Amino acid sequence: MAGVASGEAACNSARQTGGVTDALAAELSAAMAPDRVRSGPLELTLYRRDASLLEGQPGVVCFPSTTDEVQAAVTIARRHGRAVVPRGSGTGLAGGAVPVGVDGAEPVVIVTTKMDRVLEIDADARVAWVQPGVLNLDLSRQVAHLGLHFAPDPSSQQSCSVGGNVANNSGGPHCLAYGVTSAHVLALEVVLPDGSLALLGDLDPEPPGYDLRGAFVGSEGTMGIAVRIAVRLSPDPPAVRTVLVDFASIETAASTVTGIIAAGLVPAALEMMDARITSAVEDYVHAGFPRDAAAVLLVELDGLPAGVEAATQIVADVAAANGARGVRVAADEAERALLWKGRKSAFGAIARIAPDYYLHDTVVPRTRLVEVLSEVYEIAARHRLLVVNVFHAGDGNLHPLLVFDRREPGVMARVLAAGTDMIAACVAVGGVLSGEHGIGLEKRDHMGLIFSDDDLDAQRRLRLAFDPEQACNPHKVLPSGSGCGDLQSVPAGAWI
Amino acid sequence: MTGRPQTAARTDRPLEDFAAEIGTSDPVVVVGGRTQWGVGGEPDPTAREVHAPRGVVAHEPAEMIVRVRAGTTVAELDAVLAEGGQTIALDPAHPERATVGGVLAVGQSGPRRLGWGPVRDTLLEARFVSAEGRLIRAGGPVVKNVTGFDLCRLLVGSLGTIGLLAEIVLRVRPRPPVAVWLRGAADDPDRLRQALFRPSSILWDGIDCWVLLEGHPADVEAEIKAIGPGFDPVAEPPPLPSGGRWSMSPSAVRNVVATLEPGTFVAEVGVGIVHESTAPPSRRVQPATAALHQRIKANFDPTGRLNPGRMVT
Repeated sequence: MAGVASGEAACNSARQTGGVTDALAAELSAAMAPDRVRSGPLELTLYRRDASLLEGQPGVVCFPSTTDEVQAAVTIARRHGRAVVPRGSGTGLAGGAVPVGVDGAEPVVIVTTKMDRVLEIDADARVAWVQPGVLNLDLSRQVAHLGLHFAPDPSSQQSCSVGGNVANNSGGPHCLAYGVTSAHVLALEVVLPDGSLALLGDLDPEPPGYDLRGAFVGSEGTMGIAVRIAVRLSPDPPAVRTVLVDFASIETAASTVTGIIAAGLVPAALEMMDARITSAVEDYVHAGFPRDAAAVLLVELDGLPAGVEAATQIVADVAAANGARGVRVAADEAERALLWKGRKSAFGAIARIAPDYYLHDTVVPRTRLVEVLSEVYEIAARHRLLVVNVFHAGDGNLHPLLVFDRREPGVMARVLAAGTDMIAACVAVGGVLSGEHGIGLEKRDHMGLIFSDDDLDAQRRLRLAFDPEQACNPHKVLPSGSGCGDLQSVPAGAWI
Repeated sequence: MTGRPQTAARTDRPLEDFAAEIGTSDPVVVVGGRTQWGVGGEPDPTAREVHAPRGVVAHEPAEMIVRVRAGTTVAELDAVLAEGGQTIALDPAHPERATVGGVLAVGQSGPRRLGWGPVRDTLLEARFVSAEGRLIRAGGPVVKNVTGFDLCRLLVGSLGTIGLLAEIVLRVRPRPPVAVWLRGAADDPDRLRQALFRPSSILWDGIDCWVLLEGHPADVEAEIKAIGPGFDPVAEPPPLPSGGRWSMSPSAVRNVVATLEPGTFVAEVGVGIVHESTAPPSRRVQPATAALHQRIKANFDPTGRLNPGRMVT
């Protein structure tokens, strides 16, 4: 492990624990069942990281089960001068749930996994109130009998929580046509960083005031903790077609993506996988993915039957015009499910190539996909790394995965350098830092590539309205010197 | 089709000129098409009037985005988009006068919201002028983006009290091959909503229903059959009563309009907007939420110089 050097001295105190957590833990234990407050060394170790490569250090971890308990936890933490770090399932990839404190005190991690109930379903209005710990896929399963589903579908949907989806404004393959989480959240009941409770948004279409709901979604835990979430449920489409298209080159696959959109189609999903990941996935799921393809597209079309059939034909025509080697339309639901299993288990299949991966999440204009992809391969080669690409091509959302074995000496430095080069390449063509994973700690110090100081200052003003003391998930999203010197890099206490 | 912009820039003046016009002190009020001037209350009459720049900067059909200056009318923008077979999910009552910036700043959707979604979901990037007279960028010119806090959502519906929109990037959508309004008598509009898949609009005045179907011709035909007899194509939806715009949960609409005289209101079924002649009562905002509003306004516009008199709550 290597601490990121720059800025470390300024914030060195963040790592000095002092271990003065007994009184804090006792108060938290009095506020909720004692077995839901954890401060043993092993337990704290488990919560040092999320699914990113970064690590921090919690002071206490607690698992409230009610709104009152969340309010109590926040209030107690603040009274003890501790920051609060909200956490859902810990599947985040940008270090958003990595515990980093303020003023040398390790933070209180508030985990929402015990708040896992669907509270109310209004099938007529197509709305459900859920607690933040409800798992994404469980929500869709619980409303399936009504012909409804929750549209955002991250690859981690079996394990990620709706609260985490709200925090990160999560996406997924089917967000191309139906929009990311923000478009599917109507209202939020939120414990603010001062412990008070506020309703943001409402069940009606035009609640009065600023769109605080919209401001909160995607705020990565820096503006409070959502304790009740009203989500919009979407009707299942009457017809669905899933098409696998096989290409001899990345370029023809990418020009097919552009051609499909330019033909006036908005597929429900439009995913690309390159040669290496396609064959790793095939080894894993045996779905008949072509092992010799340079790239495949997985295209899903849904809606009313005639439109779906016409769109399927257009996809086949555009693919043929771009020189596709083959077009396979899933014959039934089982085949369709198998193709999607291949796509959604891509990250698991990586383990067949190497034990570790570092996943990026940039967005570029669709029409620049070919040039950016070729640059991504060049950057990986330059840093002597393997890269695979499996991503949401329809909205230009790249997911280059650098695949490596962290036991190899010096490899982490090359992985981080390659990642930085890839981000720069995406930004150079008008792209952005993240499409769906968030900024967290990981990309915080790249924000200046996209935004001016004035732009970042405006974002900071919004954050400060919610959290004037910057005690809720501090040091995330915005590169900020506040309270910790002028940090130029990931704060000390967060380890890579 | 390539990704190069289909339109050359047709704009009237640089954004910096707009920022300079707004300046750094004294109250300013931004004027669009004055089509929704009363929303949020009359602005301070002594405030200096400013107008946002106009023109479509670039339409990129293969990216499904358009960059446009805030003072452009919705009709002018839509005419440019139509050349590329696309349209925009902004649906104001007077598109020939309403400006894109005005529609976003007010944030109210039109009668197609059921199918097209709320106004807020169309905004991808905003360049706005702050109370300090600085040009600020929020969001980005791509269809999916979680880079930083979502100031775009905050700006939509903020009535120009946080910053003044100068240029925006909007998500566009394909123009539907077929669009048909149908009208027929209906005493249960919810039945129509259940029978149809994602209709673009269902309006109801207590006597008749108007349904907008858009999409592939064969699907529209099939949906017309699903509606059943008694519905005939009409040129346009009913005029919307003015004076009152009520917002309620879609499942509350039936009970609320039961107290109204049929034919005097138009309800947006499945959305929860009811248009009628009397204004809704003002709604109480929770203390914690109200305090958040005050802090946001104070942080973005400490001297209260942006659109003074306009109130969002």
